[in-house]
Amino acid sequence: MPAIQTAQQILDQVFLDMRAKLLEVAASLDRLDRAPGAEAVANDQRRQRIQKTLEILASQSGNRAEQLQLLFSDTYDEKWQRPGVRA
Amino acid sequence: MYYIDPHIHMVSRTTDDYERMARMGCVAMSEPAFWAGFDRGSVESFRDYFRQLTEFEPKRAAAVGIQHFTWLCINAKEAENVSLSREVIAMIPEFLDKPNVLGIGEIGLNKNTKNEAQIFWEHMELALKTDELILIHTPHLADKYKGTRMIVDMLLDDPRIKPERVLIDHVEEHTVKVARDHGFWCAMTLYPVTKCTPSRAVDIIEMVGDDKIMVNSAGDWGPSNPTAVPDLVQEMRRRGYSEAKIKKVVYDNPLEFFRQSKRFKFKDPA
Ligand SMILES: [Zn+2]
Repeated sequence: MPAIQTAQQILDQVFLDMRAKLLEVAASLDRLDRAPGAEAVANDQRRQRIQKTLEILASQSGNRAEQLQLLFSDTYDEKWQRPGVRA
Repeated sequence: MYYIDPHIHMVSRTTDDYERMARMGCVAMSEPAFWAGFDRGSVESFRDYFRQLTEFEPKRAAAVGIQHFTWLCINAKEAENVSLSREVIAMIPEFLDKPNVLGIGEIGLNKNTKNEAQIFWEHMELALKTDELILIHTPHLADKYKGTRMIVDMLLDDPRIKPERVLIDHVEEHTVKVARDHGFWCAMTLYPVTKCTPSRAVDIIEMVGDDKIMVNSAGDWGPSNPTAVPDLVQEMRRRGYSEAKIKKVVYDNPLEFFRQSKRFKFKDPA
């Protein structure tokens, strides 16, 4: 089901919203950096994942949302122990 | 536009919510059994809950002209208590001839534990034995991808499972294909902070198509919005979709899935 709107129309609609959300992210990063204990947080896995999302956002992959979701997900092991033998 | 909310927990909503939903065009809803916000102590609590879902809520809904359907199970959070879960599973058949029951749900995983998987599998056995539809809850946040994969593994392990009779709920960008690639139905939940927003839900529909997919509010006692489905209708209109395209997602698709239930009787309001 392809999008009906042109990229120009979409940009006109989402620009202010994206600008606001990106500013929130920028301000949150600044707040983290200037707070006491910023160095310790730098090693927190959550902080590192946020850093990685910025690289994903800068890529041209076309599935950035999916990649972000996977970055924030636990790993799946296909050999997990299935429930008991069927009767 | 008439719409159906295929996943909402009306036991934790007010009569005002019923009225507001009716005014916004809701003509039918389905209410899966879920967690009450605290763990229940005995099978009798579940018996009362199932009576509420099959006797009381349909009357509240009918008072505002909405048709109420439901699903029965013990949810994944309480599945850690395996003995209680087995008592509940054994009791469910008492309610399977109630006219508004669509099947077994929302079963699934929460923290992806061994006990949860075991009880999921026992619910699946019950649904197969009684020839019921299955509605599946997938976990939240970091647990979602792994849990969805585990659920799909268990479904695919059993050749008796017919994918078109199973709905995998709360899918997002990273799990929608896991569900759809094997022919299962899927649903997106529109939540204010976690899960999907209306715009991301429409993005997903644009990417995977509008077959075998639906949207719901999953309104409950937590932060949620019982009129989230009309928000999606608005988002699709804003993007220029025809009323017929929108109706397919919020009305025709849930009906097509529900119609597979042997008890499903729907009065078309049109
Ligand atoms: Zn639910």
